[in-house]
Amino acid sequence: MSSTTTTRPAANRTSARRARWWAEVGWRYPVAVVIIAFAVFPLLYVLSAALNPRGSLAGSSALFSTFSMDNFAALGGTAYWTWFGNTLLIGGISAVGAVLMGACGAYAFSRFRFRGRRFGLTSLLIIQMFPQTIAFVAVFLMLLAIGEVVPELGINSKLALICVYLGGALGANTFLMYGFFNSVPIEIDESAKIDGATHAQIFWRLIMPLVTPVLAVVALLAFISSFGDFILARLVLTSEENWTLAVGMYQWVSNQLTSRWGLFAAGTVIAAIPVLALFLGLQRYIVGGLTSGSVKG
Amino acid sequence: MTITERAEARRGSRPGTTRGFSWGFVVKLLLMAIVNAFGLTVILSAYRAESWLVLGIMVALLVAVDVVYFTKRALPLKYLAPGLAFLFVFQLFTLGYTGYVAFTNYGSGHSGSMQQAVDAAFIQDEQRVPDSPAYPLTVVERSGELGFAVVVDGEVRAGTALEPLAEVADAEVGSSGAPAEVPGWTVLERAQVLTDPALQEQVVALRVPFSEDPEDGSIRTREGSTGVLYSSSLQWDEEARTLTDTETGLVYTADDRGSFVADDGSRLATGWYVGVGFENFVRAFTDAKFAAPLLQVTLWTFAFSILTVLTSFGLGLLFALIFNDPRIRARKVLRTLFILPYAFPAFMSALLWRGMLNSEFGVVNDLFFFGADINWLGDPLLAKLAILWVNLWLSYPYWFLVCTGALQSLSGETLEAAKVDGAGPFRRFRSIILPLLLVSTAPLAIASFAFNFNNFTIIYMLTEGGPSIPGAPNGIGSTDILISAIYAISGVAGGTADYGLASALSIIVFVVIGVISAIAFRQTRKLEEIQ
Repeated sequence: MSSTTTTRPAANRTSARRARWWAEVGWRYPVAVVIIAFAVFPLLYVLSAALNPRGSLAGSSALFSTFSMDNFAALGGTAYWTWFGNTLLIGGISAVGAVLMGACGAYAFSRFRFRGRRFGLTSLLIIQMFPQTIAFVAVFLMLLAIGEVVPELGINSKLALICVYLGGALGANTFLMYGFFNSVPIEIDESAKIDGATHAQIFWRLIMPLVTPVLAVVALLAFISSFGDFILARLVLTSEENWTLAVGMYQWVSNQLTSRWGLFAAGTVIAAIPVLALFLGLQRYIVGGLTSGSVKG
Repeated sequence: MTITERAEARRGSRPGTTRGFSWGFVVKLLLMAIVNAFGLTVILSAYRAESWLVLGIMVALLVAVDVVYFTKRALPLKYLAPGLAFLFVFQLFTLGYTGYVAFTNYGSGHSGSMQQAVDAAFIQDEQRVPDSPAYPLTVVERSGELGFAVVVDGEVRAGTALEPLAEVADAEVGSSGAPAEVPGWTVLERAQVLTDPALQEQVVALRVPFSEDPEDGSIRTREGSTGVLYSSSLQWDEEARTLTDTETGLVYTADDRGSFVADDGSRLATGWYVGVGFENFVRAFTDAKFAAPLLQVTLWTFAFSILTVLTSFGLGLLFALIFNDPRIRARKVLRTLFILPYAFPAFMSALLWRGMLNSEFGVVNDLFFFGADINWLGDPLLAKLAILWVNLWLSYPYWFLVCTGALQSLSGETLEAAKVDGAGPFRRFRSIILPLLLVSTAPLAIASFAFNFNNFTIIYMLTEGGPSIPGAPNGIGSTDILISAIYAISGVAGGTADYGLASALSIIVFVVIGVISAIAFRQTRKLEEIQ
């Protein structure tokens, strides 16, 4: 066969090579274009709707036919920025809390040998399978009861919502971090101990700097999960000035879907950009976290 | 580490000798002071509100935290305590409480203790006392809360809807006979009350309890200058557990279902909650009103989660297979573009698709179906398809990432060997790639199933469970999954509340999740890691 190929003219050979390239690699590019269209179309559409000054769903189908920042400016006249601030506050504090609690828990399980350690780990593994959202009725009733004693922790308090989120923190994050903590060699601790470092110094000065990537991932995941939570936020936060974006923007779309479309689109673009940037920036770490089964799927 | 640093660190092991240690100790003391102050405040106010459960839990938590942080032992607990405290109160307790509520008739009309029901009955039954004296009255305000100040027997008393009237020292009575200056309260001018219709409405609706005892009735006003006593004609007999209406002579007896019922069958609107055994569970399965819609909801829940996992896994795997080829250029860029839907906040995507699928103005009908009026979210079958479609869009990137990772970790030698043995691409996929892939991805598929089983956000944001099933209670719809149906039944978002039935259904979901987790448990090797 090789002898016949060599006798063919060069042009013929290139076209044969090209045909082979198409059959093996080239066809994948058109497929990629289709997938990208599928993936990106809704995002382009929302961007176009955000830039459309008509601000209603009707007439938003002609993509990028107009360009105006009216919708973004109009957000100032709504409670959007209050909700934005609430979301950042609640998500930020829950993320920091989740990281601290998770890291402390993982450190304890990874570095100390104590009675009940295996039982504790197994229990956490079981508990984390039962998300709080299913028990939302009980969360609601419990916050009603607590609110009669401490109004600051009752229904309609952002602090109460943060506490509820933190309730799930130990179960959800300890495992992800536990594995990572275990990968830090114990010799580091031991040599520091010989040098006279206390357990707290080892934790804060030695271990924490070494596990920064997993801290970042857990913070991001905790932030995103509180960012996207609707059911608990809706339950706890009753007055409009306390709402998060999920609750507030749902209200926009569910009440006057067609007329507030421009506002919704602009609000979505603003809120999604930081999340997208964070997610894509930390992509490498998140993909590692995926396989530990700790991410929404 | 230099020698001096080491020496410093060694000195640090003795308390108070180096800055590092004492700083930590100061921070610890400060934190513990804050925690103790907070705990004591809660305990005190729980004592005042007679909320014994909250008091008990808080005392236990505070003692536990103090013991853990002020003894030398219990080192691991020093690290675990904060997380455990939140875990116990906000997760374990709520799970347990769900179990308790599932066996009660907690809900609209049965939402408190018997004493609260009696108090409510008094308030609802209140009528103007025919020969009530007219008390000179002034509308007052304290920290945003409206109240009344009245002159009773020459002394000034003030209170709000929640605080019964109490004597105010050093108050002054004006020329009209009504209180003119009430220390601690802001007096609202009468002209202001008369000219502001919204305020007027609030004032007319306001009832201020006359004393701590609800049987004493309350003060109300019609015009903002004189208060009249309103009281109830009911009489509460705590021994016999009966409420007697002294006007009509009807006797309401407490029954074991948490209601006051009279002999003629009439019952008072407010009851209290009592244990009802397995009734909520029985009702979910046998009550004709609930059983049929709930069965439909359950089937759809399973169909939704299984189909979502299958379709998104399949699509993600297909894309991963196609683009896991080193000869393709710009794979990083392609990958980033592919996973954009996953990085986009899920609730926003669902709301976005809700608009895009709008039958009248939606871009999907306009651009892809030539302006046809397809009612994507209003037809039971189309709405289900739409949900599956949107969830596919949301979650295929997850499987694309997972499968790409799994494919790259497959051993190249095995594949090479298969190639040498003459296996074609399809055979290699079916007999080698897929089985190996499934081993590593099966636990994730189960986790994803469990996640979608409770994927409230996508259902609620896209269709709110609609279109509703004809005749189903609480507006349960044909795209409702169990958790969104529970949300509708519970009534936390409005409508009649049935916390008991909602909790019973939550228990059923727990059982399903438990079974799934048990399967997942055997799959993952996480348990072995523990050892």
